[in-house]
Amino acid sequence: MKTFCSVWLLLSLVELSPAPPASQEPPLACTGAPDPAPPQPETAEDMASTGDLEPTHYPARRAAQVALHYLNTHHGSPFRVFGLQQVHKASAEDVAAGGRKYKLDFSVTDWGSGSAGPALRCSADVLFPRTERHSAPKVELHCEALQQINSTAQEDDAFYQKYISPDSTVSARDIPDSFGNMSEEMQPFWRLARVAASFIMLRESSENTEFNMAKVASITQQESSEEQLMLEFVVLLHDFPSQEIVQWKLLASWSPDRGVRVLQTEWQPRCPHATKPPN
Amino acid sequence: MRVYLAVFALLALDFWTHAVSTERPVDILVPHSSLNAVKVFLKKNNIPFTVMINNVQELLVREREEMVHNAEMERKSKSFNFAAYHDLETIYSFMDTLVASHSNLISKVNIGRTYENRTMYVLKFSTGGVKKPAIWIDAGIHAREWISHATAVWLADRIATDFMGNRAPVPSILSHMDIFLMIVANPDGYVFTHLSPNPHYRLWRKSRSATSNPKCPGVDLNRNWDAEFGGPGASDDPCAEDYRGPSAQSEIEVKNIVDFIMNHGNFKSFITIHSYMQLLMYPYGYSGTDAPDQPELHDVATSASKALNSWHGTVYKVGSIFHTIKPASGASVDWAYLRGIKYSFAFELRDTGRYGFLLPADQIVSTARETWFALRYIMKYVCDHPY
Repeated sequence: MKTFCSVWLLLSLVELSPAPPASQEPPLACTGAPDPAPPQPETAEDMASTGDLEPTHYPARRAAQVALHYLNTHHGSPFRVFGLQQVHKASAEDVAAGGRKYKLDFSVTDWGSGSAGPALRCSADVLFPRTERHSAPKVELHCEALQQINSTAQEDDAFYQKYISPDSTVSARDIPDSFGNMSEEMQPFWRLARVAASFIMLRESSENTEFNMAKVASITQQESSEEQLMLEFVVLLHDFPSQEIVQWKLLASWSPDRGVRVLQTEWQPRCPHATKPPN
Repeated sequence: MRVYLAVFALLALDFWTHAVSTERPVDILVPHSSLNAVKVFLKKNNIPFTVMINNVQELLVREREEMVHNAEMERKSKSFNFAAYHDLETIYSFMDTLVASHSNLISKVNIGRTYENRTMYVLKFSTGGVKKPAIWIDAGIHAREWISHATAVWLADRIATDFMGNRAPVPSILSHMDIFLMIVANPDGYVFTHLSPNPHYRLWRKSRSATSNPKCPGVDLNRNWDAEFGGPGASDDPCAEDYRGPSAQSEIEVKNIVDFIMNHGNFKSFITIHSYMQLLMYPYGYSGTDAPDQPELHDVATSASKALNSWHGTVYKVGSIFHTIKPASGASVDWAYLRGIKYSFAFELRDTGRYGFLLPADQIVSTARETWFALRYIMKYVCDHPY
C-alpha cells in the first residue's frame, strides 16, 4: 500500500500524461474519498408511506433487490444467478421492535438461462432494522417451483471436476472487460463472484441502498480446501442511489454439495489512507 | 451557315446545341488547341460570342473528385460498425462522415469547449427555416454509460436514413421541427473511461474538472443544472459520485448547453439518455410533487415505453425521477421543464443490472432500435402537439 501511495503522489504531478499501463494497479485509483459517503436517507415522502407501495417506485424495488440477494446466497451457483424481473405488489409497515417490514410479491428470472428462461414467482418479507449501527436486513422468502426449475447439476459437476484438481490455478482480471465481453470459460466464475457478492450486498443493504455488482476486478483461485473450490474475488459493487462504486475483496468456497460460502470479506478503500468501513 | 459548319468540323469543335436557325444561339465546346483559331474566325465573321465556361476540364476534374469523395463517404458510413463501442475520435469522425453524406440535412454545431478544451458538438437535423421549434437529445453526460453514446450514434444514422428514405414520421417531423442531437455531452469523461480497463477509469461518471479537493476531480454533470441546485440527492463533497459542483452551471459543459438552448429560445422537447435500469422518466427529480403536466407526461412516457417494448419485449418502467430512482436535484430534465420545455424526458437504457455499465456490444443495435421506437413516438407526439 505504501508504495502505491508514493507512486500516486509522483503521478499526480503529471496528471495529464498518456494512458497508464492497463496491468498496473493505478495509484490514481485513490479517489481520496475517506470512505463511501454514508447513504443519506431520502426525504420523507416515499419512505414514510405505510401500506401499499407503488411497485415501480424505488422503495419496493430496493426491498425486492434485497430479497434477490438473499435468494442468490441460497440458490445461486456457477450456473444460476437470479435477477429481478418485476415487482407485482408491495406494502410496508413500521414494526414494533423498530424497523420497517416490506411485504413483496415479485417475479425473478435466471440469468443463466438467458431470456428463454421462465419467470419464477416469489413472495418475501424484508425487515430493515432501524438501529444506531447498521445491521443486515432479515429476509423470509418463498419462491414457487424453485425445485422444479431445470437442475444445473451436470454443469455444476463438470465445472467442479475441471477446477478442483490441485494443478488448477485460475486467475483473471476485469470480468467483463470494458466492452462487456466475457469468455465462455469465465462465465461460471463471474456467476460465482456474483453469488458471493450477494452475501455482501445483502449484509450491507438498507432502505437507502440499491446494490448491484458492476464488475469483477479479479479472480484468483486459491488452494482447494476440504474438497471446496477456493476463490478469492475482488468485486466492485455499484450503489444506485449514491452512484458510488464500492470495492470488496472476499474469499469464497464452493462445491456442488455445499454451495457458495463466503469465508472472509474485506472492504477495500479506494485510497490507501482511508480506514473506516461503510455503514 | 453550312460553310461555317464545315470549318468548325475541321477545328474539332463539339456542338452542345445544334444550329437550328440563325436566330438561336449555339453552344460549342472548343478544345484548347483550337481556341485562338475559333476566336479569330468568329471575330472576323462578326459572329457574337460569349464564353460560358472558361475551363470545362477543371469542372470535370472537380466533379469527379466530388463523386469519388461521396462514394468514399458512402462506403465509410455503410461500413461504420454500429455494433461496437468507439472512442471519442472515432465518434467525431463518424459525425463528419454523416454530415458529409447528408449535407442537405445535417450540420455540425460547435457549442463550446470542455474543461480539458475539447470541442462539444451537436448534430443539427434541419430542412431549413429559422429557429424552427426544436427537439433536444443528449447522450453520454455520464461517461461510463457507454450504451448511451453508442445508441446516439445509431440514432443519428437512423434519423438520416429515414429522412432519405422518406420513412414516416421522420420527414413530417423534420418539415415542422429541427432535431439537435448531442452524442457526447461529456467528452472529457468519455476519453477518461477509455484510458484503461481498470475500474477507476472505465467506471468514471463525472466531468474531469479540478475541484476544491485535488484528490477528487470531477463534477456530476447531471446535478449541476440550475434546478433546485443544492437540494436533495446531490452531494457537496467533491469526492462523491454525485457531487453537484460549487454552484449551478459551474461546469463549462453544462453552461455551454444551457447557453445554446436559451439562445435558441424555441426548444419544445428535451430528452437525455443514460444507463442503466430500463426506465423512462419525467420531472421532477428534486421533488415528489407532481409536475403540472404529470398526467400528460406519464401518458406519453407510457405509450413510448409500450412502443419500445413492441420491438424486443424489453420492459421499461415509467414515472417521475424522484419516485422511480430517487430524489435528485440539479438535474437537466428539471432545468428544461422549469424553463418551459414541457416534453422533458430521461431514458435509462439497458440493462437492469446484469451487465450494468458494461453492456456487451452485441446488445447495442437492439438497444438502439428499441429506443428509437420510443423516441420516434415522443417526437411525433411533440410535433403533433405544438404549444
